[in-house]
Amino acid sequence: MTAYILQRLIQSALVLVAVSVAVFFAVYGIGDPVELLVPPQVSAAERLALIKRLGLDLPVWQQYFTFLVNALKGDLGTSFVHGVPVVSLILARLPATFELVLLSMTGAAVIGIPLGLLAGLNPDSRPSRAIMTGTVIGFSLPSFWKGMMLVLLFSVALGWLPTAGRGETVAFLGIQTSLFTTDGLRHLILPSLNLAIPNMALMIRLVAAGTTEAMTQDYVKFARAKGVRRRRIVGRHVLRNILIPVVTVVGIEFGSLVAFSTITETVFSWPGMGKLLIDSIYQLDRPVVVAYVMLATLLFVAVNFIVDVLYAVLDPRVKLSGDMV
Amino acid sequence: MHKQTLLACLLTTCLFAGSAHAQPLRIALGSEPTAIDPHYHDLTPNNALTAHIFEGLTRQDEKQKLHPALATSWENDGKNTWTFKLREGVTFSDGSPFTADDVVFTFCRTLKNETAIAGSFADITGNFESVTTPDAHTVVIATKAPEPLLPTFLGTVGILSSSIVKHDKLSFDIGKNCGVTGTWPVVGDFNDGKLAIGTGPYKLKSYTRGSAIDLDRNDKYWGDAEPWESVRFLPVPNAAPRLAGLLAGDYDVIENPAARDLARIKDDKRFGYVITPTTRVIYYQLDVGRAQSPFVKAADGKNPLQDVRVRQAMSLAIDRKAIVARLMDGAAEPAYQFLPTGMFGTLPNPPELRYDPAEAKKLLAEAGYANGFQLTLSTTNDRYINDSQITQAVAQYLTQVGIKADVDAMTRAIYFPRRSKKELSVALGGWGSTSGEASSFLRQWPATPNKEGTVGGSNYGGYSNPAFDKLILEAISTLDDAKRSSLLQQAQTEMMKDFAFIPLHFESAVWAHKANLTYTGRSDQFTLAMSVKPVK
Repeated sequence: MTAYILQRLIQSALVLVAVSVAVFFAVYGIGDPVELLVPPQVSAAERLALIKRLGLDLPVWQQYFTFLVNALKGDLGTSFVHGVPVVSLILARLPATFELVLLSMTGAAVIGIPLGLLAGLNPDSRPSRAIMTGTVIGFSLPSFWKGMMLVLLFSVALGWLPTAGRGETVAFLGIQTSLFTTDGLRHLILPSLNLAIPNMALMIRLVAAGTTEAMTQDYVKFARAKGVRRRRIVGRHVLRNILIPVVTVVGIEFGSLVAFSTITETVFSWPGMGKLLIDSIYQLDRPVVVAYVMLATLLFVAVNFIVDVLYAVLDPRVKLSGDMV
Repeated sequence: MHKQTLLACLLTTCLFAGSAHAQPLRIALGSEPTAIDPHYHDLTPNNALTAHIFEGLTRQDEKQKLHPALATSWENDGKNTWTFKLREGVTFSDGSPFTADDVVFTFCRTLKNETAIAGSFADITGNFESVTTPDAHTVVIATKAPEPLLPTFLGTVGILSSSIVKHDKLSFDIGKNCGVTGTWPVVGDFNDGKLAIGTGPYKLKSYTRGSAIDLDRNDKYWGDAEPWESVRFLPVPNAAPRLAGLLAGDYDVIENPAARDLARIKDDKRFGYVITPTTRVIYYQLDVGRAQSPFVKAADGKNPLQDVRVRQAMSLAIDRKAIVARLMDGAAEPAYQFLPTGMFGTLPNPPELRYDPAEAKKLLAEAGYANGFQLTLSTTNDRYINDSQITQAVAQYLTQVGIKADVDAMTRAIYFPRRSKKELSVALGGWGSTSGEASSFLRQWPATPNKEGTVGGSNYGGYSNPAFDKLILEAISTLDDAKRSSLLQQAQTEMMKDFAFIPLHFESAVWAHKANLTYTGRSDQFTLAMSVKPVK
């Protein structure tokens, strides 16, 4: 186990360095941030002073090296646009995205898994067919359009929920969250629903396919022959066996939602990290983009690690050892 | 029994909630300020926010006419010395009195502003030779170079309270750190509100980047009290959700709804909107300075853009009124000069830039391009209202008179660096005059760059007209208003003859609001809570 963790850590470090190189040089290649930051009427001397202060006068490899040295000291740089340390900028946005994703993934699992079981157990029944048709719609609706439709229906036409923004927040363990206020939850419902729908569809499909397959397996047949009750077969044996792919998908989706729920955050003006990323890319705010992608990578690495550990819990045959990966 | 208790509870909480927080005025912004620090970045959203909390010595009204603010009067000695009389009896939101020391401190800070993005007012104060304070309510400024627009520019510099930093006797002596003994504030210090102390009609309550900016009325404000006890700015960058929020009642005022969506609220009695012409002019800058231009291909191997007849033909080929009516949905005005008629230094009756494709073809034939030539128009697709659609329309107009025009649309992050590297042949541009004076465009774009770098900073097309240069250089150092105005008009006429810049239209700004409010639109596109009043 220790060897395994050590190996994973070394791998993660290498991945992080590779990602930082790729992103740093890619953003550098797009264009010159000074052109976007500095109004044209500014004098040449002023402009040069800024370029110098931001370190943009150095050759790009030297800029990268400076970044790397500072990053090792724990300083990921200062935003060109906001003038404050990027880590604080990103961490201030993290809770907003995290609560959004948490709520939507929980919703997707709580609704998706039972519906998937239902559809998988009786694949030919009418409700099952309806559910499966529903998943196709859930997959195919573009996120932006779906978000606007939710707003038009629930906010503009019915007036039940607010259209956009984050509601009132309270401090919980030192983190500002809107999960524990009525106003905050009201603001959370629509964006998390928008994020949850495709994941719900994905989960239903996964669980349904897994269930249909599992029901034909020998161990199920044997259990039935033995006279085990259907509820116990499904709950104890089938569900447990089909959860491994579900956990994998939940893990990957969780990571990608936290890092890239950009469209939903844009539609709902949600002050999360996705919106920060997209704004920073448009403004060529390189320190933010690089730090963001590195933190996202770190997140994926961590999530994958947790998923691997969960495998071992769910499936006793899986052993975590250094040579497994 | 239970029901009754519940009901009673509900009633009391509702009543309590109702009395405790009066609903703030909620304004949805299209672009969010990047900081609270008034001297951080000279951008429209930042300056608009600054105007709530801080004041300058002067201020511009909604038509960019200059008015007294923290200075009650000012005069110039005909050369470089200006005397500003300060308003008496003004206090900052923390209760400290406003004096000449605060003005000196503020000027020093713009020069000792380490975190600022270049150009945040240091170009104004950098021109100061000396600043002296004969008494607590008089400031005398001597400039190095003559600056006729000094009172206008000082309207943009928000005055800070000198109480936010430890200091001895303050003086405008940068070498001696101006008498400041503490550390100069940086951008991050303002965001939590502790240093955001001004004399403006509102004060900062809280700032959560990306979520909301909350302001409270400043009860110590010297002017008429604002009707709103508190104001909340909400950044909603996307136009469709912004309008949806207004329709659902989440916002009271929204800035820049898409003009095509106004039909949605036109007949709805619950909402109103205002369309205000702005100073932002949209134009094409042509690459006239080079014999070979990267995106021009002509049969004779030359750069046809160097021929004034070709440039005039391009202008004649464009139907500005149709673009304004169809593409801009009426939220624009055709432009025949580079600042709207009526503003300082503009032509009272600029000759109309006609749509005449027949004449355009004739001119092209005269220039030897009867069979046209190939041209690529470059444009942003995320900077100006409908920028890429406008360029597509213009490309079709040009194609109709025989110029085979393509469009290359790109995001601004790519476009602006390429334009300043002179990689384009015909480039879309946009320019809003913050000073409200014609010199703003003329000195920046068509002027030949001088070695001091004070004019021609954006002359990417290599245009150079000595007669025009003489006029504009004289104009920007002329302190006499009447004479300067006349020089600017002559300069404008001189450069318009050459069609090195083809103006299209002035963008209009749009605000939509609830029907129980009125909104006064501003030509500088600032969205201000001070522009919102309740309907009586």
